[in-house]
Amino acid sequence: MEKFEKLSGIAAPMPMINIDTDMIIPKQFLKTIKRSGLGVNLFDEMRYGDDGKEIPDFVLNKPQYREAQILIAGDNFGCGSSREHAPWAIKDFGIRCVIAPSFADIFYNNCFKNGILPIALPQEQVDVLMKEAEKGANARVEIDLEAQTVSTSDGEIFAFEVDAFKKHCLLEGLDDIGLTMEKAASIDAFEAKAAQARPWV
Amino acid sequence: MSPKTLYDKIWDAHVAHEAEDGTCLLYIDRHLVHEVTSPQAFEGLRMTNRTVRAPDKTIAVPDHNVPTTLDRAKGIENPESRIQVEALDKNAADFGIHYYPVSDVRQGIVHIVGPEQGWTLPGMTVVCGDSHTATHGAFGALAHGIGTSEVEHVLATQTLIQRKGKNMKVEITGKLRPGVTAKDITLSVIGATGTAGGTGYVIEYCGEAIRDLSMEGRMTVCNMAIEGGARAGLIAPDEKTFEYCKGRPHAPKGAQWEAALAWWKTLYSDDDAHWDKVITLKGEDIAPVVTWGTSPEDVLPITANVPAASDFTGGKVDAAQRSLDYMGLTPGTPLSEVEIDTVFIGSCTNGRIEDLRAAAAILKGKKVKDGLRAMIVPGSGLVRAQAEEEGLADIFKEAGFEWRLAGCSMCLAMNPDQLSPGERCAATSNRNFEGRQGRGGRTHLMSPAMAAAAAITGKLTDVREMM
Repeated sequence: MEKFEKLSGIAAPMPMINIDTDMIIPKQFLKTIKRSGLGVNLFDEMRYGDDGKEIPDFVLNKPQYREAQILIAGDNFGCGSSREHAPWAIKDFGIRCVIAPSFADIFYNNCFKNGILPIALPQEQVDVLMKEAEKGANARVEIDLEAQTVSTSDGEIFAFEVDAFKKHCLLEGLDDIGLTMEKAASIDAFEAKAAQARPWV
Repeated sequence: MSPKTLYDKIWDAHVAHEAEDGTCLLYIDRHLVHEVTSPQAFEGLRMTNRTVRAPDKTIAVPDHNVPTTLDRAKGIENPESRIQVEALDKNAADFGIHYYPVSDVRQGIVHIVGPEQGWTLPGMTVVCGDSHTATHGAFGALAHGIGTSEVEHVLATQTLIQRKGKNMKVEITGKLRPGVTAKDITLSVIGATGTAGGTGYVIEYCGEAIRDLSMEGRMTVCNMAIEGGARAGLIAPDEKTFEYCKGRPHAPKGAQWEAALAWWKTLYSDDDAHWDKVITLKGEDIAPVVTWGTSPEDVLPITANVPAASDFTGGKVDAAQRSLDYMGLTPGTPLSEVEIDTVFIGSCTNGRIEDLRAAAAILKGKKVKDGLRAMIVPGSGLVRAQAEEEGLADIFKEAGFEWRLAGCSMCLAMNPDQLSPGERCAATSNRNFEGRQGRGGRTHLMSPAMAAAAAITGKLTDVREMM
């Protein structure tokens, strides 16, 4: 997995609540058997018209946000379907960090497996960042995972919380399956014990 | 010993390893797999020379992409859908996991097949790369959706890296009124808590109205826990649960059944267990409901009017306006005057035999409104067979419904069953998101009985007027 340490980039504003994973990547793109190549279809139905042409008003189609690496959004980002195609599409587009007042659980977890950092901040801080993002390429937002801070171009600094284990895996780019396999003895022991206690399982 | 919730008890029985910081490896008893969220996970195993650790606990069935038309034996036309199903055929064979292919009469929606075959049992941990895995919580199992990376993790290690969630109790007291169903309960709870109300929690549904539900009804309630933000929702097992499980192909038999039953009977929340959040609704206050917007929290009784954006506060004002525009609705219009084009009865929420019986009870001797498209998609081949045996299929066909083969179908429209732009659908599925049932399609969620009533009148309808 790609490491995440620091990021300084353009932030795109999406001031909507309940952005669901069907919006992030509609079902017709779930037919792939690969993880890559979904960036072009990120937010497909909001981004392209019926004729397949870009809708100029959509934030990621605007010239100043085409290179965005950070997304600022409303409450309950990533709700709905568990499809990991949502973070795959976000990553493939080039976005490495999503900032919102809250996230849906499954999406939040899926981000960490793909080198994306989801950051939950209080509404008033997200409001500040949303305003900052509206400045487009004139304002770069900086994220420091080690220090757990988000900084604006005006020098405002917001601290964020992140689970220590998830942070460690992201900083080091670790593969969790490999880490779990190091604990195979514990899993073997549990399995043997459970087979005695609940043989019908 | 300190008092525990049902969730605490199942959690404690499955922790294979706990790190100092509280990160746990949770052992998984049943891993259900479908074709959409698994190909990349199997590919990951191949690339790293890993195997499936517990193939006997891994059960796969294709459901999302499969055609539900009667001619499906001729194969899947869409090449991408076909490749995805073929990939599952191959992965199941290569890794030696249990498999119900499209041609098997037991094939169906993964969340209907699991319980039907007795794979899902009380006290188990159940996962699947699908957010509606919460369905299995109806058996008093800890069941939730996971992403594809986690699917790969479970395939390789039979565990998940987890931190324990918080406990939330949702109590539905008293009796339901006539015409009110499990779907109305679960939608009303989401309406009350919002789509993020359960984020970070595992919900336990309890109370007299929940106890009174059949297993099918309980599955409908737990199925939509995720629409309230909770990864898992569960219900303590009781005699109804045990009766449902008994004799199923993969349920324990003989002495093992007795041993299992003895443990299952300890699976309930202790009287003085700690709850981080409690929600109580009165069963008699719940009405037949429909959704009006593009979030499952946009729930109103069928007797209400379409709301205005100004009825809301905060970020919901813009969201409500966007929903009204998308849905093509005018504030103040009685919901019962909203005309529909299509009716879809099916899905992992409402594709079980009891759902079909409820729809048939309304449709018996009636006709679908002229010009309306109406389809019933049973949740599994066995549900379909039972409905035919009970004469329900004849009622549907005589009424003018298409009687389909099993699959996810128009719930998420990955197969050819889709809405056209602007087409309005009365659906028994679980999500009314923009574009969910087809680009520009407009979805109103409701119970099977309400959807059947809408099919007759051609508009959203209070089923109580037809009872």
